[in-house]
Amino acid sequence: MILMREVQMDLVSGEKLENMTSMEKIRLILDKVKTGRIVVLESGLTPDEEVRLIEMTMTEIRVDEFSGIEIESYPSKKEGSLFDRLFGRSIKGRLTVIGPANQLRTIEKDKYQISTKVSVGD
Amino acid sequence: MGFFNGLKRSLGAWINSIFKKKRAKIGLYGPPNAGKTTLANRIVHDWSDGESFGSVSPVPHETRRAMRKEGVVINANGSSIELDIVDTPGMATKIDFKEFMAFGLSEAEAKKRAKEATEGVIEAIKWLDDLDGVLLVMDSTEDPYTQVNVTVIGNMEARKLPLLIVANKMDLPNASPSRIKAAFPQHAMVPISALEGSNIDDLYEAIAHNFG
Repeated sequence: MILMREVQMDLVSGEKLENMTSMEKIRLILDKVKTGRIVVLESGLTPDEEVRLIEMTMTEIRVDEFSGIEIESYPSKKEGSLFDRLFGRSIKGRLTVIGPANQLRTIEKDKYQISTKVSVGD
Repeated sequence: MGFFNGLKRSLGAWINSIFKKKRAKIGLYGPPNAGKTTLANRIVHDWSDGESFGSVSPVPHETRRAMRKEGVVINANGSSIELDIVDTPGMATKIDFKEFMAFGLSEAEAKKRAKEATEGVIEAIKWLDDLDGVLLVMDSTEDPYTQVNVTVIGNMEARKLPLLIVANKMDLPNASPSRIKAAFPQHAMVPISALEGSNIDDLYEAIAHNFG
């Protein structure tokens, strides 16, 4: 008999992310990832939110408990109106995959595709 | 980023572009083992009589504290620029002490290095708020689409600050700077070997051009 192990994936819509503050997004991601879930963000994070997530991740790394995250997103795209571009609000986040570093592994990534492998926890 | 911070940065970038600032504080960023400290040491040796930035090692996260050297004057192609150079610890999204043990470190040493490495990543991120530009050092033999590269480039674009990509380790047979150029075509890139010093004059010209 083959034992099937499961991994939970949470796909978070862009609409939900739009209504959250940066800190709420980061907390949501880390809380899920630390319990072994894979999180897919439809509209991703801004570059500033990405570095804040990495910073917060570093503060939460614990020996034998949590070694960090694997995060993959596409290079950001410049969009928006002239007014948005003038004030640095033109860079939009794109689809982003985040998971525990010991479970999510990137196989290949380019401008248009991210391939990952997910392993089940011990 | 708030409205006023965005306005301040945009105005700052605009003023700098008009008056062509000749002094700049630049950070060396990149993933662990890309050769940031090797490059920082070479710049200091070539342009000042100061001491080296720090030691280099095949074990990742050898640099775990940011180090700054002030007043390094680079003359290239008829122009001159005075740099404050900040060599930052390697950026990473994960740090597992077991990886250091694979290089022969004891468990205690590996755990200590891992803890210091996490602090180093935070320090590197904090420095992003205090720089005029970035040299993003990539290992030409590795896949350029790492999240560290994507995140650093995204942040510099959002802050409208100059970025120069350094495709390092050109002395290795499987180096492929064209792969880096194809990944980030919107940014200037200079292929070099920081270890051997090859093409380093092109880098100095690019620094004077991009940050001057």
